[in-house]
Amino acid sequence: MSEYHDPSNVVNPEHADHHIVTPGVYAIVFATLLIGTAITVAAAYIDLHIFNPIVALAIACTKAVIVILFFMHVKYQSKLVKLTVISGFFTFLVLITMTLTDYMSRAWGLW
Amino acid sequence: MDNATVTTHPHTHETAVPAEHEHVMLPQHRHHFETQEQQREAGTFGMWLFLLTEIMFFGGLFFAYLLYRNWYNPAFVAASNQLSIPLGAANTAILITSGFFMALGVWAAEVKKKNLLVIFLILTTLFGLAFLGVKYFEYKEKWELHHIPGASFDVSQFINPQAYGLKEKPLAPDMAQKTQVFFFLYFAMTGMHALHMIIGIVLLFWLTWRANRGEFSAGYVAPIENFGLYWHFVDIVWLFLFPLLYLINRHPV
Repeated sequence: MSEYHDPSNVVNPEHADHHIVTPGVYAIVFATLLIGTAITVAAAYIDLHIFNPIVALAIACTKAVIVILFFMHVKYQSKLVKLTVISGFFTFLVLITMTLTDYMSRAWGLW
Repeated sequence: MDNATVTTHPHTHETAVPAEHEHVMLPQHRHHFETQEQQREAGTFGMWLFLLTEIMFFGGLFFAYLLYRNWYNPAFVAASNQLSIPLGAANTAILITSGFFMALGVWAAEVKKKNLLVIFLILTTLFGLAFLGVKYFEYKEKWELHHIPGASFDVSQFINPQAYGLKEKPLAPDMAQKTQVFFFLYFAMTGMHALHMIIGIVLLFWLTWRANRGEFSAGYVAPIENFGLYWHFVDIVWLFLFPLLYLINRHPV
């Protein structure tokens, strides 16, 4: 056993401190999510043609990112956890796009 | 960072100089992990891997929705307008509030405040139950209107909306039948979501009981933290379900 033993990898700044998110941050996130919901509902009543679903999904994605970063603490986690989350969304995108290419290339149904 | 270079025996955590050993392990420490921090991160990593499988699970339903909303758009518009926006928006706010209290519960566990943790877990459960209560009323309304897909499905409101006082464009009979596809996806997606909520609430009862016994206010917060990840994930699924199901096309005809 060498002299230098660093089991918690404390030398790596990621692991030195366990960051506790304060209730104040949570309250701001909470308010932001409620405002986002109100905007989504209001925007649904305005005719934005092709942009209606885009706006709705964009706001939903923003809310999801905020929940993931703050409520789920991912902003304060190690690179391992961040990479895991991102790979999840990458795989989801693969699910959607590859299934779409399957339908679009086979002239099933209405495509 | 004094403890960065302390030589410790891996199994007993003894140090050559006893005074150097300021690092105390929790009773729940498993010894294939060198430190509490590593154990906690491994637990979080594992929970996220499970959530990834859940993303793919719901992803399949979202894809089906994407396809059929494109193919049968008029039917989806008409069917979506049958859902109640006040109830859906209220449910979204209820679930966001529930998630807020869950996050506060994780904080309370981290700062070792037992009573606050129990209060926040109870509030999380109450708002979760409120969400399910609203869903019950919505489902009941669909049953009464014969909008549950199957033999008893009634398309007359979609073929002749004027007769029911609805400001909708009438649908041709074959397109009107496609509203069943919307309602099938509505019940499948919100039903699967509600099942996840029910499982979460059962777990919340168990966790609240354990929290009341002080199991999570002495430094060991992993179950609360990881359940929080699950609960927030279920919340995120609803954040997508609400605009996709309820808000397809609400501008005036």
